[in-house]
Amino acid sequence: MSKLTTEEKRALSAKKSKGKRPWFYDNAEAERVLNVALALAQELAVTRERIDTLERLLESKGALARSEFDRFVPNAEIAAERAQAQQDYLARLFRVMTQSAESAGEGAAGRDGAASIDELASS
Amino acid sequence: MQNWATVRTPPGLAAGPPSYHVVGRHGMMPSVQHDEAARFNFLANMNRFLSAQLLPGVKTAYEVRARPAFIAERGAAPMHRKEVKAIMQHEPAYQNWSALRRGTMELRQQSGRSVVLRQLEPLIEQARALNDGQSTLQLSDNFVVPRYISAVEQHCAPGGYSSELVPDDIAAAANYDVGIFATTGGGLGRYADGGGKAVVQWLAHAYPNFKPKRILDLGTGLGHNLLPLAEAFPDAEIMAIDVAAPMLRYGHARAKSMHVDGVTFLQANAEALDFPDQHFDFIMSCMFLHETSFVAIQKIFNESRRLLSHSGISIHLEQPPYAGMDVYEQFIRDWDAHNNNEPFWTTMHALDLRALAQKAGFDAAQCFETGLEAVVDEAVFPKAPGKVEDYGRKAAWYAFGTQPALKSASAKSA
Repeated sequence: MSKLTTEEKRALSAKKSKGKRPWFYDNAEAERVLNVALALAQELAVTRERIDTLERLLESKGALARSEFDRFVPNAEIAAERAQAQQDYLARLFRVMTQSAESAGEGAAGRDGAASIDELASS
Repeated sequence: MQNWATVRTPPGLAAGPPSYHVVGRHGMMPSVQHDEAARFNFLANMNRFLSAQLLPGVKTAYEVRARPAFIAERGAAPMHRKEVKAIMQHEPAYQNWSALRRGTMELRQQSGRSVVLRQLEPLIEQARALNDGQSTLQLSDNFVVPRYISAVEQHCAPGGYSSELVPDDIAAAANYDVGIFATTGGGLGRYADGGGKAVVQWLAHAYPNFKPKRILDLGTGLGHNLLPLAEAFPDAEIMAIDVAAPMLRYGHARAKSMHVDGVTFLQANAEALDFPDQHFDFIMSCMFLHETSFVAIQKIFNESRRLLSHSGISIHLEQPPYAGMDVYEQFIRDWDAHNNNEPFWTTMHALDLRALAQKAGFDAAQCFETGLEAVVDEAVFPKAPGKVEDYGRKAAWYAFGTQPALKSASAKSA
């Protein structure tokens, strides 16, 4: 029997179905990004459900009470570490936004990279 | 371990679909890990969100913007679903709902296929153990799958119903079974048999003394809607036919694992069957006709007429026909045709089944139409609240069927 490899199974799971895929937005690129966001939303929901399961299992085993989560108050040091982590996280998440803000400040050269490269190459 | 099947939704907590864990665990059901179940939970909730939170806004966009603009330009309201489509495809509310609905459908396929494919070899072995040497599974080596099934990948499922990745493949069927919960939010019941149970309930009500001796289920798929009939009529001889071998292999093994032994799963085309005239006294199908074709559907009615005894009954569950329906609702219901790989959907819903049946030789007086709702354990699968309706996906059907001819009529034709 011909066996499928793990790689083949991964590809077959994600395979497109026959036929032309309908796109609903005028801009298919925006719709592709939306589909990535939808898949991320699914994975986030999965993660939340897993954390919820974890909390409930810990509670059922007497390791903690879930009410402790809501009563938890971070001290100043923890709060600072968390704020730091949030800022790092946002910088990663919105890199494309901060970079485009950055390039707006570079004027024409920033917006038209090809011209700059030509200019540099011939300099 | 906790038995999820007995866990009831607490009163007052019925806003969303039930947890995936209420899905019935028969012997062929692929095992589902924590995160895989959570993916299905997300999809069931996403579908509920799409129909309850986004779809009403699509209608508002039509009523408040698109329709008045059309009237202002043309002097009359849209008369056809195509006109509604032409103006609605530019509406952001429709684009958002559609893009997310299509994306959710594709995610559902990926989520289900990844569950099935990671355990494909043991699942095939399980099916072999239940199927090998059984006379109740009859496949043909050189069977020609009609093009309307082989060329189409319904519901965006890669490979469709009939293609096989490996010998004795059951992946298409296992994927259908493991993930159908996500599409309806559990609206079809624990074993996805709410349609079949509705048929049993309808029969008991409309024909309390009817005890069919031979039952035929057309396009049986997993046989999921046929098993309630097997349970209700344990003495009947039951034939479940389908063109797709993966569905039949899985369906047969599934039935065996549920200790249903009286059903024969036969690879056959409903357009031309190898049974004698008047062989069956009950012929049924559930959401099957829309997956055939314009030419095939007439042949299927002709063949059903030939195979049905004079005292027999037939019933076909489908989505409602478009005739007489508001054009906006037609447009929304037609979404699956274009965007969920259901090419015959539009034509089928525009057809007059009564005319097809009469052309096949049934009397006009024999034809009937009715409405059926999925019969499910509502303590476990609460109905969606209020007026929420996922058009084309709701666990409720239009049914078309034929009843026995009046005594005088059957005497004449006999």
